[in-house]
Amino acid sequence: MPINDWFKQRESRRYTVTSGSGADLPDGVWRTCPECRKTLYQGDVARSLSVCPHCAHHFELIAADRIEALVDPGSFEETNASVGSVDPLRFSAVKPYTESLAAARESCGLAEAAITGRARIGDRAVAIGALDFRFVGASMGSAVGEKVTRLFELAIAERRAVVLVVASGGARMQEGMLSLMQMAKTAAAAERLARAGLPYVSVLVNPTYGGVTASFAVLADMIFAEPGALVGFAGPRLVEQTIRRSLPKGFQSAESLVDHGMIDGVVPRAEMRGRVAAVLGYLVPGGDV
Amino acid sequence: MARFVMEFERPLVELEDKLDELKALDVASLPELAAEIEDLEREVERLRETLYAALSPWERVQVSRHPARPKTDDYVAELFTDVVELRGDRAYGDDEAVFTALATLGARRVVVIGHRKGRTTKENVRRNFGSPHPEGFRKARRAMRLAEKFSLPVVTFLDTAGAYPGLEDEERGQAWAIAECLATLSDLPVPVVVVGIGEGGSGGALAIGFGDRLIMLENAYYSVISPEMCAMILYKDTARAAESASALALTADDLMRLGIADEVVPEPLGGAHRDPAPVIVAVGERITSALEALSAEDTGALLENRYGRLRAIGVFAEGDG
Repeated sequence: MPINDWFKQRESRRYTVTSGSGADLPDGVWRTCPECRKTLYQGDVARSLSVCPHCAHHFELIAADRIEALVDPGSFEETNASVGSVDPLRFSAVKPYTESLAAARESCGLAEAAITGRARIGDRAVAIGALDFRFVGASMGSAVGEKVTRLFELAIAERRAVVLVVASGGARMQEGMLSLMQMAKTAAAAERLARAGLPYVSVLVNPTYGGVTASFAVLADMIFAEPGALVGFAGPRLVEQTIRRSLPKGFQSAESLVDHGMIDGVVPRAEMRGRVAAVLGYLVPGGDV
Repeated sequence: MARFVMEFERPLVELEDKLDELKALDVASLPELAAEIEDLEREVERLRETLYAALSPWERVQVSRHPARPKTDDYVAELFTDVVELRGDRAYGDDEAVFTALATLGARRVVVIGHRKGRTTKENVRRNFGSPHPEGFRKARRAMRLAEKFSLPVVTFLDTAGAYPGLEDEERGQAWAIAECLATLSDLPVPVVVVGIGEGGSGGALAIGFGDRLIMLENAYYSVISPEMCAMILYKDTARAAESASALALTADDLMRLGIADEVVPEPLGGAHRDPAPVIVAVGERITSALEALSAEDTGALLENRYGRLRAIGVFAEGDG
C-alpha cells in the first residue's frame, strides 16, 4: 500500500466526520472554535450554553435548546407540533423538495423548522417560538408561517406576551408565492398582537435574512441579537455583487445593527433570559403592584 | 429608442423584417412579388399566433420587463386626474423608485402608490430602475397613513424587480422598512386594491402588494424570488432561469390557482406594449368596480376579510396531536 493511502486510511479511522452546523453534536466529541481556533470538548461547550469558553463565540443551537435557555425550567408546553410542510408546487430542482423535507425531518426529528408553545419566563405567561436553522435553513414556507401566525393568535386569545427566537435564510423558495405571502400573514398577526396591547420581544440569532427579517422578526417592541449574529435583508454576497466592492468589516453584524439604530442591543446568550424577563416586567399589562 | 426584441420572438421579428423589406420594393413592377408577400403575411400571422398564444412562464417574465410595457406613470396619466404627488419619507430622502400621490379616479378621491420604472435611461437612473431604497417604502407607508387619516382608498401598482440590495439600503434598514409596510397595510382601515402591472419582485413588491383585491395583468408576474436568482441558488447558473420560472408558479394564472389573485386582465397578443390603450382602460374599469364593491363594506368587515384572505394562504399538513 502506498504510504499516502495508508495515511488517508488512518485519517478516516481517526475522525468521525459530521455534516452540518454542529448544533446537535454528542457530548463526547472534540470540536474547533471557528473564531479562536481552540480545540474544545463538546461537553464543556454544551455546559456553557454552547458559547466558547475562550472567546465567547456563540455556536448555533437547535430550536429546543433556544427555548430551554430562555424559559423557566420545565414550563414549556409545545403547540401545533404536527404542522408540517407539504409540496404544493411539486417543486423539483437539483433534488425534489419532498426529499429535502424528508431529510430535514429525519436529521432534526422535527415536523418543521419552527417550534412553538406556551411557557413562562420570570413566571410570566408567554407564547414562545424558535426557528431551527438545520431544517431547510429555517426558511419560511406555509407551515412556518402558519405556526408563527397561530402563536400570535394564541397569545392574543390567552393574553400572553410573545417571544420569538429567529434564525432564517428567508422565505422558502420551494413554495413560491405561498411563502412570500407568509410574510404578509405573519406581519398581519404581529400587528393584531400590537393592537391587542400585548408585548412582543424578538431575539435574532445567526443568521437571519430575507423575508423573515422583512416581516415578523423585526416587528417586535424590542429586538435583541446575539453577539456576532448576522442579520439583514439581502445576503452579503448579493450586496457585494451589487455594489462591486468589498463590504466593510462587521457589515450586517448585530453590533453594527445597534450602531445603525436597528435593534435594542447585543446580548450574550447567558444574559438573554434576564433581559427578556426585564422587558416583559415592564411591558406585560397590569405589571404595577 | 431602438426596437427591443425579446429572445423568444426573434424568429418572428426576422420574418416581419423580411416582409417589410419586400413591401418596400416596387410591387407594381414585380407582379410575382404580390403572391409572395401574401404568403409571407400569412406565415407571419400564423407564427405570431403560435408564438404568443401560449407563452411559457419565462417568456411572460420577459414580456413583463419589456421596456415599452405600460408603466405606473402611464396608468396614472391615463386613468387619474388632478394628481398631487407626495414626496419624501420625512426622515432621509425622496426615493423616486416609488410614486405616491393624491389622485382622482372618476369621481373617487384615492391615494396612489406605485413602483416607478423609467422610460429613458436618465429616468431609470434617477428611479434606480424601479428598485426601492428604504426611503421608498417609508414614503409608501407615509402615504398609507395619510389614506387612513382622511379615509381615502388606496390603489397600488406593482412593477419592481425587487427592493434594492445595496450596502446603504441594508444599513438604513431595508427589512425594517418593508416589514413596517406589511404591518401597516394589513390593518389599514380603507379599501386597498392592488394591480400587478409588470414585475412583482419579492418583498419589494409585497410591501405594497396585498390588500382587498389583487388584479393581475395576464403577463405580469409575482414571485418569491427572481427566476435568475433562483437558478443561481439551485443550479449555480442564471441561464437556467426558464426552468426556475416554471417551478416558482409566478404567473397570473398560477396566482389564481393558488387563491392569491382575484382576477386577470387579458393583454393583446404579444403583450400590453403592443397596444397599451385598451389594457389601461380595462385596468381602470377593474379598479373602479373593485373600489365600488369594497366601499360598500363597513371597516370592520373589510379588515376581517383582509385578514381572512391572508389567513387562508398556505398549504400544509397537520397530523394528530
